Amino acid sequence: MTSTRREFLRDTLVGGGSALAAGLLPAIASGRDNLPRIPTARGLLYDSTLCIGCKACMAACKQANDLPPEHTLAEPYWDTPLDLSGKTKTVIKMYRDGTAAVKDREVDGFAFIKASCMHCVDPSCVSVCPVSAMRKDPGSGIVTNNPDVCIGCRYCVAACPFKVPRFEYDTPFPRIKKCELCEHRMAKGHYAACAAVCPTGATLYGQVEDLLREAKRRLSLSPGEETRFPRGELGGADHDVRAHTARYVPQIYGESEMGGTQMIFLAGVPFAKLGYRPLPTRSYASVSETLQHSLYEGMVMPIAALAGLSFLAYRSRVNHTLLDEEDQPEPAGEQP
Amino acid sequence: MSITWGRESAARLGMSRREFLGFCTAMAASMGLSAVAGEAMAEAILAPRRPAVIWLALQECTGCTESMLRAEHPTLEKLILEIISLDYNEALMAGAGHQAEAARRASMAANHGKYVLVLEGAIPEKDGGIYCKIGGQTAKAMVLEAAAGAAAVIAIGSCASWGGMPSTPPNPTGCVGAPSIIKDKPVVTIPGCPPNPYNFLSTVVHFLTFGKLPELDHLGRPKFAYSRLIHENCERRAHFDNGRFAMEFGDAGHRAGYCLYRLGCKGPETYANCPSILFGDVGSGSWPVGTGHPCIGCTEQHVGFEKPIHALAALAGQTPPATYPRIVEEQGQGATLASAGVLVAVAAAAAGGGGMVMHNIGKREAESERDTRREEGK
Repeated sequence: MTSTRREFLRDTLVGGGSALAAGLLPAIASGRDNLPRIPTARGLLYDSTLCIGCKACMAACKQANDLPPEHTLAEPYWDTPLDLSGKTKTVIKMYRDGTAAVKDREVDGFAFIKASCMHCVDPSCVSVCPVSAMRKDPGSGIVTNNPDVCIGCRYCVAACPFKVPRFEYDTPFPRIKKCELCEHRMAKGHYAACAAVCPTGATLYGQVEDLLREAKRRLSLSPGEETRFPRGELGGADHDVRAHTARYVPQIYGESEMGGTQMIFLAGVPFAKLGYRPLPTRSYASVSETLQHSLYEGMVMPIAALAGLSFLAYRSRVNHTLLDEEDQPEPAGEQP
Repeated sequence: MSITWGRESAARLGMSRREFLGFCTAMAASMGLSAVAGEAMAEAILAPRRPAVIWLALQECTGCTESMLRAEHPTLEKLILEIISLDYNEALMAGAGHQAEAARRASMAANHGKYVLVLEGAIPEKDGGIYCKIGGQTAKAMVLEAAAGAAAVIAIGSCASWGGMPSTPPNPTGCVGAPSIIKDKPVVTIPGCPPNPYNFLSTVVHFLTFGKLPELDHLGRPKFAYSRLIHENCERRAHFDNGRFAMEFGDAGHRAGYCLYRLGCKGPETYANCPSILFGDVGSGSWPVGTGHPCIGCTEQHVGFEKPIHALAALAGQTPPATYPRIVEEQGQGATLASAGVLVAVAAAAAGGGGMVMHNIGKREAESERDTRREEGK
């Protein structure tokens, strides 16, 4: 029997390896890249240096989406969510360091940052959703969840690199909750409530291409230079705000992270400190879909695996028969 | 109370002793002083010699005087006829021309070193200061002449404080405020357009009572009136803190009294006590923000008259709020003893059960094998 174990391992490796190679080789060539940006996509530009932390966006979001307040302090008077949740689709968080004396400074400073759905160009949540409840609109690029289709598997919760979709753990009929860029308001001619109420233009709504252009314009300004910051909707009716340019970190977060997002950020403090870690430019969705689709392309891999297993089963059956014919098995254990 | 209240006092001030003491206490209270200071004020006001006041009107609109006319406690005529001796004020005096100028000079000479100089309006400096002349004398020369013998100089209104509205760029007359002209003595500035009359009256009464000026900040403003931002005492502050803003004039939020920051309120960068003491003695809400108009920052240089009314205010002295969530917020609590106990019990039961099953499997196999062999051996 000693040779059988060795043979078994060898056969497994050889059979499995060849099957894997046979399956992967044609599939790698057909692996998909990041999805391209939709030219008509809509999104938000959040400029941390303009944010005064008034939380108007949070209040407006709750109102526009009919969400209840969330109490985390001893006195349940105010809406004080600590993070995104089944009750909160956007939250303003604060970075602070040391004396926190100056805004938008990394050392001994503080800064605000917004958390809400990034509306990825190539969203992981859409990729993993087994029932296509999570969808990306082909026109606006807005990622929405259809609660009538959703089965509550929470794959999207686990898959999102930004930890955005949240599950209502405290209700008997829970749903997935995430920012849907106020898509329901757009039918009535409005746009995202958070941008509409923002008094300083820190949250700006618009076409993503225009927003990217606006973000690049801001980065090209020298610190202290006076300029105009649009408010509400880029190119909309609200008048601009004249203000001095802050010292930006030379990066537009969301321009290429995860293959790009439709919510993009500017800040005066490194993004890793604001909870937006560095991410690869290749989207997780494209990587996992390439891998998945490679494995199952033309059912080559499953058939190869099945063939290998069948062969091994056949081999061991033959070996057993030979073994039985050669001699009787040795008695197991001592005789009583 | 040690003040002597006679028939002549009552006749002079036109009020009862009770009313008079009430006025003095209110005056002290508006400066944040104790009731004892109110008594001292009562004594100072009842002193037989009324201090002379020279009130110069320069590059101005008389709005500050108009504001003073609306003071109720005391009314302006009480102030100028009974508490102080207003020896020169173009808007209020009956005299005119060279006679009036002569009266001013006579008073300044008679009260040299003792009179209070009040300046209203900016002082033009461009082209030799020709843009404001009174009796052939430029405003600047007049101010320097009057300041030389003054015991105290009070600049009333934004124009006198730093130049105010006439100094708004491009400032065609090159005008400045009194502190830029008078360098040899402190100038109390009471900015505002118009300033609250009680900030001025309180300063005057403080000077009369204690013989010195109230505590001033780095811009010469009395600290009792200008040490706090409008934003800090604003009745709409709770709306700001909760992110409720009026989006446009007349909308639902505006009617509901929401914060006016988004409409350009300069409260967050303007130091004044408007929300605390209000205007016109007509009760609550009687100040610009209370009536639904954003603060224009009239008491603050480079804000009032320079920043457009709709422009957003910069948040002065912004400090990070205490209750905002951090970037990474640990949530929930650690395991309780009970839950940990239950978990350990479940794990132990599973492990024990599993062990027993494994043990029994081997046992049964061995037993059955033994039985077979025994049978075979028979």
